[in-house]
Amino acid sequence: MFRKTLMAAAALFAMANSANATTEITWWHAMDGALGDVVNHIADDFNKSQSEYKVVPVNKGGYEDTMTAGIAAFRAKNQPNIIQIFDAGAATIINAKGAVYPVQDLLEKYGAKFDINDYIPGVRYFYADSKGKMIGLPFNSSTPLLYFNKDALAKAGIQNPPKTWQEFEEMAPKLKEAGYQGLAESHSPWIFFENFMSRHNLQLATANNGYDSTDVKLLYNNENLKNHWKKVKEWKDEGYFGYYGRAWGANQDAFLQQKAAMWLGSSGSFGGLRKSASFDFGTSTLPYWKGVGDAPKSTFIGGAALFAFTGHSEEENKGVAKFFEFLTKPQTQYYWHKETGYVPITNAAYELAKKDGYYKESPDAEVGIEQLSEPGGKWTKGYRLGYYVQIREVIYAEVDKMMNGDETVDQAFDVIETEGNKLLKRFHDTYSN
Amino acid sequence: MKRVQFGHSPVPYLFVAPQIIIIAIFFLWPAAQAIHQSFLLEDAFGMSSQFVWFRNFEDVLSNPAWLRSAWFTVIFSALVAVLSIAISLFLAVRADEVIRGAKAYKTLLMWGYAVAPPVAGLLGIMMFNPLMGDLYLFINRIGINFNHIQNANDATFVVVLIAVWKQVSVNFIFFLSGLQGIPKSVTEAATLDCKSAERRFWTITFPLLAPTTFFLMVINLTYAFFETFGIIDVSTKGAPGGATATLVYKVYVDGFLGADMGGSSAQSVLLMIMVSILTVFQFRFIERKVHY
Repeated sequence: MFRKTLMAAAALFAMANSANATTEITWWHAMDGALGDVVNHIADDFNKSQSEYKVVPVNKGGYEDTMTAGIAAFRAKNQPNIIQIFDAGAATIINAKGAVYPVQDLLEKYGAKFDINDYIPGVRYFYADSKGKMIGLPFNSSTPLLYFNKDALAKAGIQNPPKTWQEFEEMAPKLKEAGYQGLAESHSPWIFFENFMSRHNLQLATANNGYDSTDVKLLYNNENLKNHWKKVKEWKDEGYFGYYGRAWGANQDAFLQQKAAMWLGSSGSFGGLRKSASFDFGTSTLPYWKGVGDAPKSTFIGGAALFAFTGHSEEENKGVAKFFEFLTKPQTQYYWHKETGYVPITNAAYELAKKDGYYKESPDAEVGIEQLSEPGGKWTKGYRLGYYVQIREVIYAEVDKMMNGDETVDQAFDVIETEGNKLLKRFHDTYSN
Repeated sequence: MKRVQFGHSPVPYLFVAPQIIIIAIFFLWPAAQAIHQSFLLEDAFGMSSQFVWFRNFEDVLSNPAWLRSAWFTVIFSALVAVLSIAISLFLAVRADEVIRGAKAYKTLLMWGYAVAPPVAGLLGIMMFNPLMGDLYLFINRIGINFNHIQNANDATFVVVLIAVWKQVSVNFIFFLSGLQGIPKSVTEAATLDCKSAERRFWTITFPLLAPTTFFLMVINLTYAFFETFGIIDVSTKGAPGGATATLVYKVYVDGFLGADMGGSSAQSVLLMIMVSILTVFQFRFIERKVHY
């Protein structure tokens, strides 16, 4: 009885919808605040540009909330057309066989031209399968950058921000003398684990960084990365490195309040920092160890991608394809890039930004994309690891323990390896059949 | 012997039906689903699933992070329950004695009741912000090397402090009404018999408050186990190194954030078992000592 009422209501609703003649495309995303406004603006532009489809963006909270909402909706057969999934959750949605409609197939089927080489090198394969087919459309792509307080560096008599960690080691004592901690860092799993590997072109996990199979093991427990963390610990004990815990904001605040002279954050942080910093700051590329691996290589992209859920009508899928086509247009990408600080994902959009003289007026906005366009190596295209959200939790916990001295670097990395591999094994057993 | 049978009327069933339905929908059904899920390895989107017996439980019980979290939950709950009951009892007894401005004291002490746990967490963590938190700076200024970002004990202190602060006002209300429910004649008779106020409290007042105390103990343990989630999530997120992650918080991280359905279901089932044992223990052994 209850069911019947529900179905009748659903039928009525569907009729009401079809009477409208426009097809609604729902888009669940994780962009709130100012970013959410930009998302709404883009959807509006698309809706005004044609009359067949209407994209309805809905903010579902943060990245994790959005993914959870999408999972719950999919299980209840009530999924949106488009969902934004962040980097660490990519393996979960891509490995759930049949949950998503690969972007490349979608675009090719509905007549939009697709060439993966139109996308800038750093973002091209991150959300692709092992054969290079694009599954999710990179949307908000960011990369770790070094932000530096110009006044602080000047006070310490330093001309340029460090290109390498060797250079950082030389300037850190001077900064200390001038009254600053040299460096703070947000999101250590992302910057000092994942991107450390990419920057030095080191393999992060077996099975082609996890792209080829879910039967995979972490390769974090290596001398290069451990030596780096031994240095970080040393720097912390010397007062060259400020550790404010796992919270993104707490470490960023240390930079904003001029306790730390430099800060490692996201290229996407630029817009927000510009509004809240009371001092002049600049951006530079992520430092690397000279002589380790074959640094410097391009970094990974962070951020999130858009996935098209299966289980929708042909008409709606077509609308999704049209919207994706609109999103990847140079004008849309350029607008997104300018408003948010996320990097443009296509070469054409990058060219447009250059031609428009955007980087002349704000050269800092180009650093992220330059870093992503640096030469790639075998291990810079990305990683695909299951239960990576939990693995990052393990890393966060172990970083805490390294920093407070509960564990040595070697002990912490052993734990990361064993606990991380246990999680990967669980993921493999869950998703491989 | 023949039992006396009265004619059954369906009306009582009708009256309890809403409650039964609510329990069935919001507790029994989800609990049954959690138990079912805890035996499965299933991908997040439900595209494939397999029955694995106790694999999930084995994985959980062999996970050092879970064991640490279980241990922390026990310590944390005990501290929160004992401290918030003790402090609020003390405050209630003192407030009950106040004659001038009694209303103002009582209102101020009850005020915290209106604060939701996540808000309490936010307030707390702002006061302990290492760059500008007043409490953090004060504690360090008086010569104590306090750093909850890195030190597990300090972090435990912070979350216990926030959780207790939030709960004291609730307990205070119950204790105060309990105290006011004690007949004047009893206290007056006691005053004639015994001069020591402390002794009168422990032999007369406290035993008469026992039902309230017992009730609050049950409520406070449930609070510490489950409702402090908001505080943990907003303040420490389990840091440093998982030292302040309660079991409920861990279920949330693995299930909601990490999309591991089987693993987090197994954790919830273990939590359910723990709480059941605790409840049975409370009612069988402690309630016996309570006189109503």
